[in-house]
Amino acid sequence: MSLTAQQAAAPPVSVRPVLEGRGLTKFFSVKHGRGIFAGTARLFAVDDVSIVLAPGTVTALVGESGSGKTTVARILAKIINPDGGEVLLDGEPVSGRPRSYARQVQMVFQDPFASLNPIHRINYHLLRPLKIHGLGGDDVNEAVEDLLRRVALEPPQQFTRKFPHELSGGQRQRVAIARALSVRPRVLLADEPVSMLDVSIRLGILNLLADLRDREHLAILYVTHDIASARYLADTIAVMYAGQVVETAPSARLTDHPAHPYTQLLLSAAPDPDRVEPPNLAGSGAPPSLIAPPSGCRFHPRCPHAMAICSTTAPPSVTVDPGHAANCWLHVDPSRRVPSNPEVVAANAGSTSMRPPAAPPPIGTTQMRRTEEDRSME
Amino acid sequence: MSEMSHPAPTPRMPAYSSASKAEPVLEVRGLNVDYGFGTEAVHAVVDCNLVLRRGQVLGLAGESGSGKSTIAMAAIRLLRSPGVITAGEVLFHSRPLEGESSGQTLDLLRADDAELRRVRWSEISVVFQSALNALNPVITIGAQFDDLLKVHRPHLSTTERWDRGVELLEMVGMTGDRLRSYSHELSGGMRQRAMIAMALALEPQVMILDEPTTALDVVTQREILEELMGLRDRLGFAALFITHDLSLLVELADEIVVMYAGRLMESAPAASLFRSPRLPYTYGLLHCFPPMHGERTPMEGIPGSPPDLRALPSGCSFHPRCPWAMERCRKETPVLTRLDGSGREVACWLHAGGATVPTELAVADPGDRGPSAATRRATR
Repeated sequence: MSLTAQQAAAPPVSVRPVLEGRGLTKFFSVKHGRGIFAGTARLFAVDDVSIVLAPGTVTALVGESGSGKTTVARILAKIINPDGGEVLLDGEPVSGRPRSYARQVQMVFQDPFASLNPIHRINYHLLRPLKIHGLGGDDVNEAVEDLLRRVALEPPQQFTRKFPHELSGGQRQRVAIARALSVRPRVLLADEPVSMLDVSIRLGILNLLADLRDREHLAILYVTHDIASARYLADTIAVMYAGQVVETAPSARLTDHPAHPYTQLLLSAAPDPDRVEPPNLAGSGAPPSLIAPPSGCRFHPRCPHAMAICSTTAPPSVTVDPGHAANCWLHVDPSRRVPSNPEVVAANAGSTSMRPPAAPPPIGTTQMRRTEEDRSME
Repeated sequence: MSEMSHPAPTPRMPAYSSASKAEPVLEVRGLNVDYGFGTEAVHAVVDCNLVLRRGQVLGLAGESGSGKSTIAMAAIRLLRSPGVITAGEVLFHSRPLEGESSGQTLDLLRADDAELRRVRWSEISVVFQSALNALNPVITIGAQFDDLLKVHRPHLSTTERWDRGVELLEMVGMTGDRLRSYSHELSGGMRQRAMIAMALALEPQVMILDEPTTALDVVTQREILEELMGLRDRLGFAALFITHDLSLLVELADEIVVMYAGRLMESAPAASLFRSPRLPYTYGLLHCFPPMHGERTPMEGIPGSPPDLRALPSGCSFHPRCPWAMERCRKETPVLTRLDGSGREVACWLHAGGATVPTELAVADPGDRGPSAATRRATR
């Protein structure tokens, strides 16, 4: 392991990261324009995203559909190759997707109705990875039963001979997690693992993931659109908007003291029966087109606090608190916002309360039309 | 946003700030719905009674398979085979016309095609979860508005119909030029807005919202709900809001009914239900949504999984998952009973007398002290 790679690990994590994505970028080619103007354009689903997964922690990636959160998970799983940046396992860059990588990094998909093969029994699903990777030892059946016990499907004998359709959604997702665990990975990438499940069984799956983190010291990436569940499960939350990470912080810190206007909007819009004040929807609207994203900060056309500099220069990552970083000009000392417009800076100086009653700017119709395409690229 | 015009001959009722005293507009009585026949039949809805009052938002919460959508589909007779309505009545109380003292009442389950046609969409409209499936993909949004108005408002000219379409789209926060768009050209949120505009086109008295925002992003969901509730306060229609997201319902609804395995299990004003649930299932369901504030504490959710309707547990269907289940719960099915001196009903043996009510289920009812959903909205 190279020492320099370790030192370069951006956020100060006490434990050595096991998996790291550095400057990940991924674009998809899409048809653009009509008639004689038709051509292909690049849609930047993920643009310069860095993320660190440490053993024994859950990192949540929160964002709306089309924000690129699933693409990041898929890049980390090496299902798709990034167009820029690199994936580091134990500080070493990984090229291709060697079998040894799959041994360490496993993924759990959103839909347990689609991720299990309907014509095979549960037994088969769990035996296959054991055989492929030459694991399981002398008694593979015992290994399978052990896996089922680890995901709290008991008694295991009751499940091994069943087909996926005989199980409930929650049980199916547990089987999918058991399959991912079968190769004894160190990293689990869970892409919206509970969004297809009934509300009453979601917590069971989240608690299982928390258990795996605590007992087996797994590094878990939890991709979700539900910020409340991220707050519940994760140690760290990273919020994505339009292909970029806009804020990273310890989960309670992020939800209690959001620093980025987009995070504030997301939190305000989330269902909250305890709500004391009406939701503040300043900045509501649709995410921008990722083919021609807005210049500067990508949130600036919607941002209620947008300043002149926001439309011209992308904001740097600012540490607003230890472990809490936000990519927003509001947190940069006014004198250091370069290039800057003195008038706007003066008006915004010291305004950290961030709740002016500014109306959201009108959203261009072309932007609206693109969102569905963005969505499908997720 | 432009003010809505009144092509309909009847004057609009004023928006109600408090819905508790308003008269009922839609009543479901003793509704039973099966899927399939005879011994194979699955009882999807058993003996359901619901009252939707004018201007009220009635929330219907439950997990998938609990029968919440089935009730709505059966009530407007859109249930498809093998769904069979085996008993009950659905009474629609029409708004009194000018000069009449009371409106007419129609039993939708016994209405003939002509009567149904008069009520559907003009008086009761529906917004489904998937607007992409509900909208016609091969004609523009404008053409769909045109179709609708041509049939139900024959006195309008082509230009008037177009103008009305523009007006409706603007009412839900879209621009009029969207009438020229096809549904695939709109984002998910815009499609759902168009769907809501269409549901409002004939100024119905009742709007059934079947998971209208479940497929949408949280910010879009919030925008649409805020708009919808604003329209409701302005236009005064009653809404039956069906969703699995109880935490959302607590914010929106005046009254909430919780369903489990085809039965209504608890009914209470939203604030009461949230602050002081009486039913173990409601208590569990409320603890399935991690809070956005305060200390992070481990939560348990509800053990087990929702029952298979083909093999329901004996007695109370919830007893295998209930931490407070008693012997009686395994044998006898509880019926929805009014709790003394309150506007709430619960189907649970714990509250039937003789049993010790767990402290979790005996929290004092906030009653009128908590602001109602309507007043909370009014303060915005």
